[in-house]
Amino acid sequence: MSKIDVKMTVNGKAVETKTEPRTLLIHLLREDLNLTGPHIGCDTSHCGACTVDLNGKSVKSCTVFAAQAEGAEITTIEGIAKPDGTLHALQEAFRQHHGLQCGFCTPGMITRAYRLLQENPNPTEEEIRYGISGNLCRCTGYQNIVKSIQAAAEELSVKEAAE
Amino acid sequence: MNVHADTKERVEKLQGLGSSRKRVEDARFTQGAGNYVDDIKLPGMLFGDFARSPYGHARIKSINKDAALAVPGVVAVLTAEDLKPLNLHYMPTLAGDVQAVLADEKVLFQNQEVAFIVAEDRYIAADAADLVEVEYEELPALVDAFKAMDDDAPLLREDIKDKMEGAHGPRKHHNHIFHWEEGDEAGANQALADAEVTVEEMITYQRVHPCPLETCGCVASMDKINGKLTLWGTFQAPHAVRTVASLITNIPEHNIRVVSPDIGGGFGNKVGVYAGYICAAVASIVTGVPIKWVEDRIENLSTTAFARDYHMTGKLAATRDGRITGLHCHVLADHGAFDACADPTKFPAGFFHICTGSYDIPVAYCGVDGVYTNKAPGGVAYRCSFRVTEAAYMIERMIDVLARKLDMDPAELRMKNFIRKEQFPYTSALGWEYDSGDYHTAMDKALESVDYKALRAEQQENRAAFERGDTRKLMGIGVAFFTEIVGAGPVKNCDILGLGMFDSCEIRIHPTGSAIARLGTISQGQGHATTFAQILATEIGIPAEDITLEEGDTDTAPYGLGTYGSRSTPVAGAATAMAGRKIRAKAQMIAAYLLEVHEGDLEWDVDRFQVKGNPDAHKTMKEIAFASYNQAIPGLEPGLEAVSYYDPPNMTYPFGAYICVVDIDVDTGVTDVRSFYALDDCGTRINPMIIEGQVHGGLTEALAIAMGQDISYDEIGNIRGGSLLDFFLPTAVETPLWQTDHTTTPSPHHPIGAKGVGESPNVGGVPAFSNAVHDAFAHKGLTHTQMPHDHWRVWETARKLGLTG
Amino acid sequence: MIPGSFDYHRPTSVDEAVGLLAGHAGNALILAGGHSLIPMMKLRMAMPEHLIDIQDIASLSSIEVSGPQIEIGANVTQAELIASEDLEQHCPILRETSLQIADPQIRNVGTLGGNVANGDPGNDMPAIMQLLDATYVLSGPDGSREVKARDFYEAAYFTTRDEAEMLTSIRFTAPPAGHGSSYMKQKRKIGDYATAAAGVVLTMSGDTCASASIGLTNVADTPLWAEDASNALIGTTLDDAAVSAAVDAAKAITDPAADGRGPAEYRTHVAGIMVQRAIQAAHQRAN
Repeated sequence: MSKIDVKMTVNGKAVETKTEPRTLLIHLLREDLNLTGPHIGCDTSHCGACTVDLNGKSVKSCTVFAAQAEGAEITTIEGIAKPDGTLHALQEAFRQHHGLQCGFCTPGMITRAYRLLQENPNPTEEEIRYGISGNLCRCTGYQNIVKSIQAAAEELSVKEAAE
Repeated sequence: MNVHADTKERVEKLQGLGSSRKRVEDARFTQGAGNYVDDIKLPGMLFGDFARSPYGHARIKSINKDAALAVPGVVAVLTAEDLKPLNLHYMPTLAGDVQAVLADEKVLFQNQEVAFIVAEDRYIAADAADLVEVEYEELPALVDAFKAMDDDAPLLREDIKDKMEGAHGPRKHHNHIFHWEEGDEAGANQALADAEVTVEEMITYQRVHPCPLETCGCVASMDKINGKLTLWGTFQAPHAVRTVASLITNIPEHNIRVVSPDIGGGFGNKVGVYAGYICAAVASIVTGVPIKWVEDRIENLSTTAFARDYHMTGKLAATRDGRITGLHCHVLADHGAFDACADPTKFPAGFFHICTGSYDIPVAYCGVDGVYTNKAPGGVAYRCSFRVTEAAYMIERMIDVLARKLDMDPAELRMKNFIRKEQFPYTSALGWEYDSGDYHTAMDKALESVDYKALRAEQQENRAAFERGDTRKLMGIGVAFFTEIVGAGPVKNCDILGLGMFDSCEIRIHPTGSAIARLGTISQGQGHATTFAQILATEIGIPAEDITLEEGDTDTAPYGLGTYGSRSTPVAGAATAMAGRKIRAKAQMIAAYLLEVHEGDLEWDVDRFQVKGNPDAHKTMKEIAFASYNQAIPGLEPGLEAVSYYDPPNMTYPFGAYICVVDIDVDTGVTDVRSFYALDDCGTRINPMIIEGQVHGGLTEALAIAMGQDISYDEIGNIRGGSLLDFFLPTAVETPLWQTDHTTTPSPHHPIGAKGVGESPNVGGVPAFSNAVHDAFAHKGLTHTQMPHDHWRVWETARKLGLTG
Repeated sequence: MIPGSFDYHRPTSVDEAVGLLAGHAGNALILAGGHSLIPMMKLRMAMPEHLIDIQDIASLSSIEVSGPQIEIGANVTQAELIASEDLEQHCPILRETSLQIADPQIRNVGTLGGNVANGDPGNDMPAIMQLLDATYVLSGPDGSREVKARDFYEAAYFTTRDEAEMLTSIRFTAPPAGHGSSYMKQKRKIGDYATAAAGVVLTMSGDTCASASIGLTNVADTPLWAEDASNALIGTTLDDAAVSAAVDAAKAITDPAADGRGPAEYRTHVAGIMVQRAIQAAHQRAN
């Protein structure tokens, strides 16, 4: 099958590449663009390790063809920190509150939480649990992940109030 | 500044033992900069994929590779015939058996590896795998372990059909693997015959899978010019992999480098050696280019490393007032098609003989028979020490069964039979020497913390309300008290494939007073780079943040047996402390020279040696480090380095008291975990934050096992539950809040008194959940029902008891 | 898990999409959110030669509410259904049901059209569309036609849609103001299909049930509109006897498969419990 052109914006940078139509977005990101933060954990859209932000929505990039993302704006974990290297409040909070262990779910988890806090800046514990229910973690039992997201939400709202 | 405040400040600066130090690993993981095996990219790298068997048991009549080889971009298609000349079509398993790398004439379980395709990318490899044409003749599948040794049971292992002496003694049937036993069977039987009260149950611990979020994989790269093979992979024991790889490929061990990069969770799944590793290595040796193989989730769940699958018949003898007088237990162990259990060589059933649990049982016996079935091989220690969770589940269920029979509270029955504090070190009827414990104190604290009496009173009210028809929910209270046995282990009785289970640490202090330490273990999320630096900080007075910790590269790290069975802290943690003490001993000599005093006149104070009675005369470790390299000190070699290989004198025995409360909707079987209290005693606590995180994670895995995980097979050997649609991994929504607590009973033989904790919550959690479900129906006469306690099985229980329908 | 090769098309109009479907009859599939199709392709249980991505067909993405008449484009996502205040006001069962589908990421891409059109009996929206007596609008080479949701499903993954047709929108009349509704779904975990699920919409006239409609999910090889069960409620006060008659009538039409969620008998039982609880919840919400 012939390759097609795909253009998209990834972490703020314009990207243009040729790929097979069947190439999954996760493979395009990891193999062609060397963005190996998003991971493949289940292949069946259950685990969320491959979560990226696509046109302002969280999606599972193992179940999206790169061709579908033609023209899209994509943010991966590599694009969450500020360009000057300042970490996002979530990245800090996950470290402060021990929200990760093996780190494999972490990029997807933080990328999902990043969008969740924009959809709902002050979520309750229950809203966080439902909000990250598309992301599996095998190490933490979620308790410290929830705590990390709560802490980041507070940090962000304090910052916003200050601005 | 007064001396006391100064000392406190210096201690805090170290971030040593007992500090909830934040993890140094997190910066890379939170920014997507981890380096897992599938992130590795090498020039010219090819990809491997398997063609697999659709059948559970079949004869291979023919294999035609032509169509697969014709796909553009396919480089090679390997089958057993290609591996035979290299004598690599079978590989040794950790349990003394052999396993087909690629199916040789027969397939013995569904998804067994039949052909290995090497192609330019993973898409082409997958296309070609579909085009390998295999003609099969289906054979009757054996899926019921209880029928494995029937006279007319199908012969599974034709390759060893005449070999009736197995790795662990005689085999009594063509599907029998071993019989192993420990204890006094006549004595146990006598105790049962003489007992005032006896109970017996057949307790199955179903087949499950560790299912770390990252699957298994490797990159093999043969450098033909230098003759060196490098293997990056998901290896929980990289040094053992190097030795085994050398033995089976005949490549000298110094020409093999094994590297474990970041590992996305292991839980026992990544201890074994899998066909993919061998095929990738062979393909790289043949082609001279790097080969990557990474399994997908279905391959992971259906081929690499199941756990449990134990059918345990327990019998307890007791007096009428609740004193246990004997235990007899027999296990039928379903090992699948090849015996690939990860157990120390001498123990084909691992440490199952810890099954007397936390109780002072005067006489006991356990016997285990392993059998072959048409299921995937494995039998790994899924977040537990070898077969310890099976043992803990059996005894903790049996104690509850006995409590019902005696009409006694299950917590009270446990208290009555606990090994008492003053009995430690305690030698169990099955031969283990428990190092330390204070079970009564732990249980008292747990019962008080949850207000156990009030919970039981509430349960009485709930039962009355249920009878009145005011509620359709029943409340259950699960109590479990476990004793783990971890830290394998003394080389005198623990080895894997002949490799003694010691571990190691090597330390170099740099001239400016920072340090690097390398260990024989490998973290898979436990945070070794954080916690082992803490052990060292306290031992040598260098702040943890100034200590780099490395593991997992066999070219640089000292030899060790790896990370599983909660052995890192008990063994490598001890090696770290001992190596630190060697550093300190030399530092003391240097300080004595610098301060012009006798060594005996110096005392250690946090981060320095000072003259006794004159703390102003001191040399800090930083000063000593500089001097060690740059000052000629009579009688001493320059430098400040040490290495320790630690062979522990004994295992460690962490323990804990867990109490779980559930509410069961009898009409649907839906079971809500209302609360879960976990008290863990893991001896000296290195990093409380990390301990708590480990307990949260282990409890969540225990919840998954007890309430839903089940890898089963239909009658023709098709796997059920082989993807994350069916295999139960709880999300944040199904996972309750965990309440953690602790007591501290240090291990007397460990240099810093630590015992290990990572696996305790799985070992204690499963019986706590299960006992809670049973407890909800106890007043209706329920004694035992098999896991998992998923919705339909719980409903079925309620229905059989006449409560719904 | 790697899908097979295909040619990718991204039409900008329904006519163009239908032309592509007809031109590659039998070898082309519509790609909407893709979260049913792509996993099937990765398992190689689906190997289409052509995929027709409909994301650029703007007309498929609208939600139109005019009075009680509602038309939802096939490409409207579950997240958009949840976000629509118009729909929440007129037909809250759509939000309640959507929130019980899969997880947040999947709801961001999963579409109503995909959910109802692919014929997977595990999908939740078909039963809702049946109980609302919705109409599916299909476009094909010969123009468009309408099919009742109640007539659309033939067997698992088999529907009356011709392979050269695509579903473009779903039309229904919202239940009258004051109606009560509920969707009760039992599942093993977030992301799972239902062990059994039931949707109920009913209206009350005083203490008497004036209308009722019940749909069932994943308890047969098609979604089920439980007509007899619905009728068993109408004209009653929703007393225990009426509810129990409805439950029995609903259970009678189920024919679930045994799977990891439990044996058939259990799933039928749970269907009954879900019907009972959905009736109670809908009753409470009705006024």
